[in-house]
Order: sequence, then C-alpha cells, then structure tokens
Amino acid sequence: MSKAKENTKTAAPKAKAKPKAKATEAEVKVPGPLEELEQKHERKNVLMQGNEAVAYGALDAGCNFFAGYPITPSTEIAEILARELPKRGGVFIQMEDEIASICAITGASLAGAKALTATSGPGFSLMQEGIGFAKITETPCVVVNVQRAGPSTGMPTSPSQADIMQARWGSHGDSPAIVLYPDSVKESYELTIRAINLSEKYRTCVVLLLDEVIGHMRESVLLPDLRNTRVISRIKPNVPPHWYKHYDKDQKYLSPLASYGEGYRFHVTGLTHDALGFPTNKPAEGAEMMARLRNKITYNIRDLVQIESHQMEDATIAIFAAGITARSAKAAVAMARSEGIKLGLLRPLTIWPFPDEAVRKMLQDVEAVIVPELNQGQFIREIKRLTRDKSEGTVVGLTKVNGQMLTPNEILSKVKEVM
Amino acid sequence: MANIPQKVVHDYLRHDKKFPHVWCAGCSNGIVLGSIIRGVASLEIDRDDVVMVSGIGCSSRMPVYVDFNTLHTLHGRAIAFATGIKMYKPHLKVIVVTGDGDCTAIGGNHLIHAARRNLDLTVILINNNIYGMTGGQASPTTPHEAIATTAPYGNIEPDFDICKLAIGAGATHVARTTAFHTQEVQRMVVDSLTHPGFSLIEVVSACPVIYGRLNKKGGPSQMMKEMRDNSIPLSAVDKLPPEKVEGKIVRGTLIKEVKPEYSELYADLLERVSAMGDEE
Repeated sequence: MSKAKENTKTAAPKAKAKPKAKATEAEVKVPGPLEELEQKHERKNVLMQGNEAVAYGALDAGCNFFAGYPITPSTEIAEILARELPKRGGVFIQMEDEIASICAITGASLAGAKALTATSGPGFSLMQEGIGFAKITETPCVVVNVQRAGPSTGMPTSPSQADIMQARWGSHGDSPAIVLYPDSVKESYELTIRAINLSEKYRTCVVLLLDEVIGHMRESVLLPDLRNTRVISRIKPNVPPHWYKHYDKDQKYLSPLASYGEGYRFHVTGLTHDALGFPTNKPAEGAEMMARLRNKITYNIRDLVQIESHQMEDATIAIFAAGITARSAKAAVAMARSEGIKLGLLRPLTIWPFPDEAVRKMLQDVEAVIVPELNQGQFIREIKRLTRDKSEGTVVGLTKVNGQMLTPNEILSKVKEVM
Repeated sequence: MANIPQKVVHDYLRHDKKFPHVWCAGCSNGIVLGSIIRGVASLEIDRDDVVMVSGIGCSSRMPVYVDFNTLHTLHGRAIAFATGIKMYKPHLKVIVVTGDGDCTAIGGNHLIHAARRNLDLTVILINNNIYGMTGGQASPTTPHEAIATTAPYGNIEPDFDICKLAIGAGATHVARTTAFHTQEVQRMVVDSLTHPGFSLIEVVSACPVIYGRLNKKGGPSQMMKEMRDNSIPLSAVDKLPPEKVEGKIVRGTLIKEVKPEYSELYADLLERVSAMGDEE
C-alpha cells in the first residue's frame, strides 16, 4: 500500500478556504491513495494493516490536521500521517502529550480543519476531559482508540475490548457519544471515513474503537470505489455575522458552523452556554443546551446506528459481538450451522448510540443470546438492560481478559453449554 | 506609543453582551485587557484575524468580553488549543491570556513545549500569585512564606521565576512588567504581536480581594503602590547595588531574538515535500 503510486494532490480543503455561500451539505468525491488503480478500473487487492487503513481512510475523508503522541498499538497511524499529510498540504504535529493532542485538534477544528488524533488506552484516558470539551462546544473531531489490554499500562501489544464503557461514559458530566467499531481492515478504512463524516455532520467528537489485532493485522483489502466515496463537510453559515448563532437550534440540531478567521468572531467556552456561545447560569438555558446535545443524537438514531445481521433469519440462538470477537463469532456460526445448530450473529458497527431496536428484536426472536467480549462484561449490561420478560439465563456472557482473543471454538462451546 | 481613546477600547468590547464582568473591584485583569486592546488597536490589526484563547481562572475569563474570535478552554490547555489554531491558520494572530496557576502549574508542559517550538503565539500571563477563582490556594508563584488557604502556615515552597522558565525553554521574546505600568503593558503587547516567534509577557498583578486580604497587603491602591515601588526597570539593575535589586520585580524586555519560527518551518517543510513530489 505504502509503495503504491499515490496522488499527492488530493483535494484536502485549503487552510484559508472562504465560507461557502450556501448552507449545503458538501458531497465531494475525493481521489484517494488508489486513485490511479481506480481510474483504470483495476481494483486490485492491497495488503494493509488496520492502522494503515485508518490513516488512508482519514486522508480520503479530507482529514487535513493530525496532532498526536506516540503510543502502542496506534503509532503507525501517526507515522503514516506524518509522511502523507505534508504531501497533501495538511498539518501533522507531534504534541507533548495526549492532552495537548486532543486540545490541538479541537483548536484546529474551530479554525476549520478536519482534525483527527489516534491513541490507545492510557492516552484515551488522558484525552477524556478534552473529548468532553469538544462535545459541549460541538466541535467536530475524531479520536481513534486502538484498544490494548488491562488497566493502566496493562499489556500494550495485546488485544482487549475494555474501553467500550469508557468510550461512552469516560468524560465527566453526562455527554452523548458516537462510537464506531470495525471488525476488519477494510471496515477500519470505511468507518474512519464515516467517523469523520459524522463528526462534521453532528458537530461532535466521534470515537473509533479498534481492537489491537485489527490495528496490527494485515489483510488483503479490496477498497471501495473511491469515486463514489461520500465525504461530508460541516455546513457553513450563510447569514451575516451579527445574525450568526454558533448553536442555532434549527435544522434538526444540525446547525451551521463558522470557523475562526471568517469574520464571525464567535465565542466558544467549555462553560454551559446559550445559543450564541456565551456562558450562562440560567437553568432554562442550561437545560436547553443539554437537551440539544442529547437530541441531536436521539433524533438521528436511524442515521447513526449501523448493524450487521448475520444468519439471524431463522436463528434460535444469537451472538452479540463487535470487532475481532465478531470475526471469531462468525466462524463459530459457520461451525454451528454445519452441525445443524441455528446460530446467528448480531454485530454493531455503531456501538454508541446503542442499537436498542435491533437488540430488542433479537431478544424477541431467539431463545438465548451469547455475549462474548474481551472484557469483564460491558456489552452484556446493555443487553440485559433491554431484557424485559425473559429470564436471566437467556443472556449469557463469555469474557476473556488475559490478552488473548476468544476463539471460534470457545464461543461454540458456550453456545452448546447454553442450548 | 499610540494614544488610543477610550471610545475605541469600548468599541472592542462586547459591551452589549456579557457585562458586567466577573472580576472583583480592584482586580488588575481589566487594566491588562485595556492594554491588550490598545496594543491591538494601535497596530490596526483586523479583529477578524485576532483569536484570543484562554484556560481557566480569573484572567482566563477575559475572552468573553472582547470582540475577537474567542475561545475559553480547559484548565491549563490554552496554549495547546492555540497551537492547533495557529498551525492550521498561521495568518491569524493568536493571543493566549492565562494566569500563574493555569500556565505554570497544570499547563506548564504546554508552555515549555510551545516555547521550545518557537511557535508564534503571544502569551500574556497575568500573575496574581494565587488561585483567585477557587478562593486563594497556593500557586507556583505564591511567594515563599506567603499565606494561602492551602498554605495556612506560610508557603514552604519556593516560587517560579516564570520568565526564566520561558527563556530556558526557548522562548524568543520574554518581557515582564506590572499592571501598574499600563503603558508598558501596551508597548509589550505591541512588541509581542510584531515579534515572529513565541512571546511571553508576565504581567505582575494585584489581587486585593483574595491574595491581598490573606496577606494583609492593604486595599487595591496600596497594592498598586507596592507594584510601583517594588519594581525596577531592567536598565537600572546594573546601576544599583545588589541589595537594592534583591526581591524587586525587574521590569523590561528580558530577551528578544529572532530564531526560526515553527509555523514558518512547517511551511518550508510543505514546500520541500511538494518539490520532492514534483521530482518523481
């Protein structure tokens, strides 16, 4: 991949871009690293790592600003962007720590950049306050967390799915979350583009959770047709500056966003603020701001939630799993089917907001749900939350926290135990 | 020194938005704000091109009052946010307003690294020797033996020399004055905004309500007099006997040198990389 002839003139938005005249959602076809192959219709398979796929996905989504700090197992993302962003006129900066990294990308985004950072567990913990700032100020940015095992330093090169709840609740003060979770190298590419698109559309910090094994696994990938890649950029205001409200309530909470240096001279604060962005202590205005943060997610659930339903049509037992564990689960489904067991898999690509509707339907349709995950039981809490009349035994967890993956056999054994 | 009328200063304020301000009577922050505005106005910089970024604390409440592009960020992180803005849009003039606790305690790491990079930021650090907004806790610049709510028996820690810290980290323009010397603040703001590189101005200030009360410094006017009487210009240091310099606030431009500036170095890097692409 890295040696492929790449187009160095990718249309990364220019730093001094003028505000657009109309408040429209931009859809741009951005040529990507495989543009030449694409033009010849030679959609060859390329061998790449999940971390590489994230970096190229970011570039193809128009990311033009990266600030980060080295940490295993995410470092390749920074290394690739350090090499590729300057070729496209973008900014790469290695900051002094992860706190500075999240702050720098938020600042750059307020100046108009499509900004991204990548980290792993310890760095993700350090970024939590900054993630909350991006959310309350409704500033688009993307944080990629390539998860590693254990609390604290843990096992830096081993897989884990233990940041599922941290990605939802890690930042103090009850803010909503959009979190995506790929299960393959190809999907890492696609969901990175989607993460940037959603951050721009919903004006929030979107988190992409990767499993360490996906970040470091090399797979043969047939990348999607880049000419049809949909790239979303933030809506720019089309009103004169004195009419501009940084947090305008209209348009399904998807309000326009001006950038610094474009004449709008707005105020941004991490304090609870009014529609103009000025701090407020008035209970009504505080409640309105919190409602706005919540509603822009809940009013748009159908746009945000993505799930894969695999062999669920006639399933009597279902697995609910994400990321690399879903890959093992898929193999377990095939093994079970060959033995005549009607096993299916429900896999969330968006884990937050949680796919309540799909899970409720699954709980109605099957006799038992197995929830394998590389933590001590995080997804299962959400599944049990959605259980109504069923007995406790119908939702069964399978956890592993020794730094290894769950194998298809382990999952299949659990299925047979429950049957 | 350009004489900027009060009417012009008023025009730069968001007077119809969020006044009255949060600062106590006798606070130096408003004086510094006035000097910053006069500095910007005298340079006739388009205010659309000015970004004021702050962290958390009394001084960091400043951006909300002034009609620039404004950003009130997290405790200690103003310089990190400012780095993102400046690197993405290098033509903007980015002013960071911060305090002693915000910039040298929780934000110390960002200060030294921005200074090391020599990124073209104007950092105006209002040093009131205390955490005012949280009610008077000891900061890294609370003098040895001074009283704070978290140092009720006297501060046993030595205090930071912020300017030396910045110079040591690589800042190319460092100056110090006090809030009493408003003309000097304005002149230093102008110097700083026209300096191509990392610039830090330490403005020693008076916090009569919190620090002054805890340390029996008298009212605002006494603290003003103390800033006048207890400070000496840098030019006088060599002429005075050492005992008359000891313990005094030395005012003046402590360093001013031109070294490669970070966002320009990055622009050069982009050109080099672009040239490499053309050669292929």
